[in-house]
Amino acid sequence: MSLLITGARVVDRHGERRVDVRIGGDRVAETAEHLDPADGEDVIDATGHVLTPGFVDLHVHLREPGREEAETIETGSRAAALGGFTAVVAMPNTDPTQDTVEVVDFVRRQGEHAGLCDVHPSGSITIGRAGEHLSPFAELAAAGVRIFTDDGNGVQDPLLMRRALEYADGLGITLAQHCEVERLTAGAVMHEGSCCSRLGLPGWPAIAEELMLHRDIELVRLTGVGMHFLHLSTARSVEMVRTAKAEGLPITAEATPHHFSLTDDRLESYDALYKVNPPLRTADDLAAIRAGLADGTIDAIATDHAPHAPETKEQPLDQAPPGMLGLETALGVSLATLDMPLVDVLAALSWKPAAIAGVDDRHGRPIEPGEPANLTIFDPDEVWEVVPARLASKSRNTPYVEMPLRGRVVHTILDGTPVVRHGSALR
Amino acid sequence: MTARSLLTVDDLGADGIVRILDLADHMAEVNRRPNPKVPALRGKTVCSVFFEDSTRTRLSFETAAKRLSADTMTFAASQSSLNKGESLRDTIETIAAMGVDAFVVRHKSSGAPGLIAGWTQASVINAGDGWHAHPTQALLDTYTVRTSLGRTGGLDGLRMAIVGDVKHSRVARSTIAAMRMLGVHVTVVAPRTLLPPDVGDTFADAVTDRLDDVLDGLDVLYLLRMQHERMSEALVPNLREYTARFGLTPERAGRLPSQTLVMHPGPMNRGVEIAVDPAELPGAVITQQVTNGIAVRMAVLFDLLGSGGATLPAAAEELVSEGAAS
Amino acid sequence: MAADNVGGTQRSVSTKQVLGPDDVRRAITRMAHEIIERNRGLDGVAIIGIQQGGVWLADLLGAEIARIEHAVPVGSVDASLYRDDIGLRPVAPSAVSDLRFDVDGSTIVLVDDVLYTGRTVRAALDAVADYGRPRAVQLAVLVDRGHRELPIRPDFVGKNLPTSTEEEVAATVDGVTIT
Repeated sequence: MSLLITGARVVDRHGERRVDVRIGGDRVAETAEHLDPADGEDVIDATGHVLTPGFVDLHVHLREPGREEAETIETGSRAAALGGFTAVVAMPNTDPTQDTVEVVDFVRRQGEHAGLCDVHPSGSITIGRAGEHLSPFAELAAAGVRIFTDDGNGVQDPLLMRRALEYADGLGITLAQHCEVERLTAGAVMHEGSCCSRLGLPGWPAIAEELMLHRDIELVRLTGVGMHFLHLSTARSVEMVRTAKAEGLPITAEATPHHFSLTDDRLESYDALYKVNPPLRTADDLAAIRAGLADGTIDAIATDHAPHAPETKEQPLDQAPPGMLGLETALGVSLATLDMPLVDVLAALSWKPAAIAGVDDRHGRPIEPGEPANLTIFDPDEVWEVVPARLASKSRNTPYVEMPLRGRVVHTILDGTPVVRHGSALR
Repeated sequence: MTARSLLTVDDLGADGIVRILDLADHMAEVNRRPNPKVPALRGKTVCSVFFEDSTRTRLSFETAAKRLSADTMTFAASQSSLNKGESLRDTIETIAAMGVDAFVVRHKSSGAPGLIAGWTQASVINAGDGWHAHPTQALLDTYTVRTSLGRTGGLDGLRMAIVGDVKHSRVARSTIAAMRMLGVHVTVVAPRTLLPPDVGDTFADAVTDRLDDVLDGLDVLYLLRMQHERMSEALVPNLREYTARFGLTPERAGRLPSQTLVMHPGPMNRGVEIAVDPAELPGAVITQQVTNGIAVRMAVLFDLLGSGGATLPAAAEELVSEGAAS
Repeated sequence: MAADNVGGTQRSVSTKQVLGPDDVRRAITRMAHEIIERNRGLDGVAIIGIQQGGVWLADLLGAEIARIEHAVPVGSVDASLYRDDIGLRPVAPSAVSDLRFDVDGSTIVLVDDVLYTGRTVRAALDAVADYGRPRAVQLAVLVDRGHRELPIRPDFVGKNLPTSTEEEVAATVDGVTIT
């Protein structure tokens, strides 16, 4: 039962080459400049396409359990596979919260059942994400959890955050922070700046993110325990991470496609489609995020895929929930917006987040014989527009309607088996 | 074709504002008659949808509609099915299905009237949304200045100070914008905590926290309501200090030139932003603002529902060339 | 008055003057005499010009009547809020109604420059009725161009001018033209 991929431009962490790739079972079996198809072998003609290790999304909201009207693990997995992702880290702000082994196992099993990508549940830092008591890190780590975050919220209490880092030391896990000092963002619906002044809307000042980032960088310095920072959105945040990394601190960071492609003036329409946490910011912030991705300050592109049922987004800004879809458009937005070598964009989408998520034994691997075959094949030149009604996600809140995207996933291969073929999910 | 709406004064522009003010002259004349009623909007239905309490503005709109012979409907959101979970969109579409030509909407969320305009073919008039806009207030304010100072056309060269909680005030945003479009020099007077985060010169001509510095040579002093709730958000330490720094105290009233207009959008917090009896201020035009509100709202309703939607110069030429067909 | 490009075909448009300034002046004098004669002494008579086209004519009629006999009150009325085609055609702004005398019991002479469909006069009648109850209303127009759509007839006419509906009639103190 083998699969032959011919004519592709292969790009992985070792660089770029033109080889044919044969997959046997769940592994890459052989690669060579030219391979002839065997009798009855399944062949994918990837001429003109790029073959790369499957993407890994550090930050998706699959909504199940608790908000299945917006998305389920199955529909979210399908969206992920169509976006070229072979692994995703599921955020813990479910209902009930991913703070017990039961819920974590449930999420993992649902992902396996859907069989479209590897779903890795994250755990919350505090029970119920209430910011008061630590979750059982070791117990959850034993159940396979690698990333812990209270995402949706940041941990407000500095003492609690210090204890969390100290306790996490040596458990082989990574704490990740949604940086937001809530006392500074009460009621906010968009970035605090000249746009919100004009529109008469309460603003989310950049400093609410930067203050917590600064605090946590210092806690990392104090404890020696590393951290990952979710969805950076301000120029100053990028600068702070750059300086901290230069000082040798063990931190990593991610940014979402919307934070390097959409500015706060989108809110002039008062359309809740553009309401997100942290908010869309200014052109200067976007430029800094892009520069941060280009020089490696920001390690990964993570979508913060946040589905919301359509009627919830058709409300006034202060009532609508924040969040945008991202799985199916991540590649298209990245190639359309980022002025970076392709291998660096793919590093940010694949092997770097794989390392941060602790799944780099199976994902983001070099495309070489013996390596697990979690692969994505995409057309790097196709220009397309997203049609909300055709998204695999159960929700429709994508902000990219009518924006030309560049780069489209054609096939996705999970453990050696295609799950997406010619742009359609096979299950 | 979807009807035009009035969501902000930017929808009108300077020319549009002057057009409404000129129309308001007609309406003010109607209001002076013993029977203040004309058949202009007979057969039209105007529905007030107020999601935030405001008896005075709602009554002003309903009076305006009735004086133009329109039919009126009122939707009182507090007792409505919205509390049972019906969405805003479903509510609007249900009412629209009953045959509405115009919605007059007040909502505590900035942007809500704009959302509503996207869901209906009817005209939408913003009667105040969140902190964002209150265009008819701006229109009646500019009209009051125009008539009180005997001006026609624009208001070039006048100097106005607007004092108080500008950050949370839709009245401030709309009135400042409208006044500046008509050529008024506007100074905003407030402590930093009550200013929007970024007060560039697109917002006002000057900003200061010293009221006493601007009183000389002022043509219009506009006082905003100072709400008690602002203290809990650490925006001002207490109201006594607010009044001392920013209120129209008897001492300041004494220094104010007698011809300076004193305005307030109402309702007044006596003793806070205004610590003198308006009846004793020669320039107080606060009651005129209320009276003018009806004429201005009649003008807005007529402009949206009755005037055929054409712009001014074309209309004038067409009728003149037809010899004023009669 | 631009060339008419209806349907893309170029139709040539010409303007013809049918009354010169002297004709207008004489017509006004004659109408003034007729008004005085018909109303036997002008007791309780007031002149109201319909905005906008009738105001200049009402002023001139009032001046002529004052010269021949004695002054009568002259005012103007804005009928734009009473039109029956509201929402169908744009409304020109005009000055606000200016009636400084009591309409109750007066004999009103409504004045307009051109009488056409009659709808403006009907609206003006409604407008005047909102100020009071006249004893009688008479209608004076400089030009009657026909094509009435309502049962309205003038009492005093400067000139009868048959026209087609495609033509436009303009009347000022300098003359009357058809385009």
